[in-house]
Amino acid sequence: MNIQSREKVSVATVWLDGCSGCHMSFLDMDERLIELAGLIDIVYSPFVDTKIFPEQVDLTLVEGSVSSEEDLSKIKKIREHTRLLISMGDCAITGNVPSLRNPFGTEKVLQHIYLKHAPSEIVPRLLPKVLPIHQVVPVDAFLPGCPPSADVLYFALIELLAGRMPDLHDVTRFGK
Amino acid sequence: MSQPIIIDPVTRIEGHAKITVQLDESGKVKDAHFHVTQVRGFEKFCEGRPFAEMPSLMARICGICPVSHLVASSKACDALLAVRIPPTAVKLRRIINLAQIMQSHALSFFHLSIPDLLLGMDVDPQQRNIFGVLAQHPEMARDGIRLRSIGQQIIEMLAGKRIHPAWVVPGGVSEPLTEEKRRQMLILLPEAREITLRALAWFKGTLTRYQEEIASFANFPTLFMGLINESNDLEHYEGLLRIVDSDRRVIADRLDPALYKTYIAEKVDNWTYLKSPYYKPLGIEEGTYRVGPLARLMVSERCNTPEAEAEREEFLTNFREAYTSSFFYHYARLIEILYASERIEVLLNEPDILSPRVRARAEPNQLEGIGVAEAPRGTLIHHYTIDEDGLICTANLVIATGHNNLAMNRGVLQVAQHFIKDEHITDGVLNRLEAVIRAFDPCLSCSTHAFGEMPLHVQLFDNAGIIVDERFR
Repeated sequence: MNIQSREKVSVATVWLDGCSGCHMSFLDMDERLIELAGLIDIVYSPFVDTKIFPEQVDLTLVEGSVSSEEDLSKIKKIREHTRLLISMGDCAITGNVPSLRNPFGTEKVLQHIYLKHAPSEIVPRLLPKVLPIHQVVPVDAFLPGCPPSADVLYFALIELLAGRMPDLHDVTRFGK
Repeated sequence: MSQPIIIDPVTRIEGHAKITVQLDESGKVKDAHFHVTQVRGFEKFCEGRPFAEMPSLMARICGICPVSHLVASSKACDALLAVRIPPTAVKLRRIINLAQIMQSHALSFFHLSIPDLLLGMDVDPQQRNIFGVLAQHPEMARDGIRLRSIGQQIIEMLAGKRIHPAWVVPGGVSEPLTEEKRRQMLILLPEAREITLRALAWFKGTLTRYQEEIASFANFPTLFMGLINESNDLEHYEGLLRIVDSDRRVIADRLDPALYKTYIAEKVDNWTYLKSPYYKPLGIEEGTYRVGPLARLMVSERCNTPEAEAEREEFLTNFREAYTSSFFYHYARLIEILYASERIEVLLNEPDILSPRVRARAEPNQLEGIGVAEAPRGTLIHHYTIDEDGLICTANLVIATGHNNLAMNRGVLQVAQHFIKDEHITDGVLNRLEAVIRAFDPCLSCSTHAFGEMPLHVQLFDNAGIIVDERFR
């Protein structure tokens, strides 16, 4: 890695229990991604091949809610190693669609799909309830929307890179 | 037995997964598995909800192909209403479905797989991503970003929003197309075509570099399944299913997608949340089939647009290994993008495309409805039953990616056996285990909501591989 890239802000994007729509909205920044590539280094993400979360990351965007034991341990570890943690999208913020399973209970859902034998080897065990991120670890900012639009993501990133907390009053959408 | 090799997480795919490879004492590959690690349970939590919520709720299964779910779900709801939707609404739904195929295929080819194909399977993993491509081959990255954007822009112009739009509704679409938007879309399409033709020419030129991958990326005979229309053309919105073998011999034809339960069964494994469907009459081994872009080109007899048809003809004539090797999914994907760009233009020039009659309104008139469409990754079926109040009793989803599960697993094993020669396993070898999965372009957030009411066969094994419990439904 050259000196210039070391000066960039390190950014991680994480996908827990969501549909990847927030990550797709991130890609919907289109040509603005080229501009961002000059300012940030994507050090961990479904889009890159890093398998282990880095020691210290400046900014982490998390899509999805906490749904399995693996999500739980992952988000705790990420919180320890990231300076600013951002809940990206409604699933991270409220539990949204994944949490629709909560009124039925995880066991009922698994039984419905797999009869008596839900898969149990290698695959992570599901939690009894789906949780929003901030119920598990402290979150520094929230970007609502299903998904937040590319414009919102871009605005928030540029503000954060400038050292300001983004004021989303005029740009956000919620639940749509 | 030695410790398994574990790749966790599999990256540059659309979903949550791991790969494990089990070696024997001498370091030879004994077995390999592809594990899908997310499950959400849409088929359960839809119960009791109003049927008209289904298109918008089901779109949330997947942020990559929400439009496919929107279309299949709305078609299932059309059946509940027992209406025939206006012809203009059919054409508009076809356009948005093709725009979805364009953007999703662009994502798979450029954003996720080009790092392997252009920078190389063995390149430094730090560079092996779309940003690495942007740094070294900016023109290729720009082409990918632009092509995906054109598909997304068409979706946004039609439906008001790029991801999780709500414009496709039971009975048709909620708003007609305007002349202004039609004109804007027509301006975008030639560029999409140019980018795709450029990518196709480049990809054909690289194939000689990938002989080993062609030979090992799920290269074996299987069945292929996809929709075709009444002229046996490539089809993505309606029609009947055809199944062919790896010589393109027709095994089953004119299968009614609504009767899927009679010819598809599935098995459950203890180590993955993704079930494995197969063609029931031939059993698990012989009945393994593949779906998606390559399967659609295998089952259909032509593309009814000129440039895509020329490419299809060349592809199936000159590249016989495509009949067995999943490496060629990439190639098939590019041909389908070309087809989408041509076909959208044809549809936009239909004389009635601006008609204000785009929605049939009715109360539910039937208690069971099935909707089918070809999603980017293959055949997608939504199947609902409702009560007299229009509340969902059961929701059953047959998801494209699930169909490919058996072939993906065999593909991972084949790559492991081909490339793991001794205990010295390089990063490039591990990357190839992931790259074979990328060739299938699985969408895993979609895939685990599947087949709730299918004939189901569950086997539970103990450590010695002995069946300790077995259930059928």
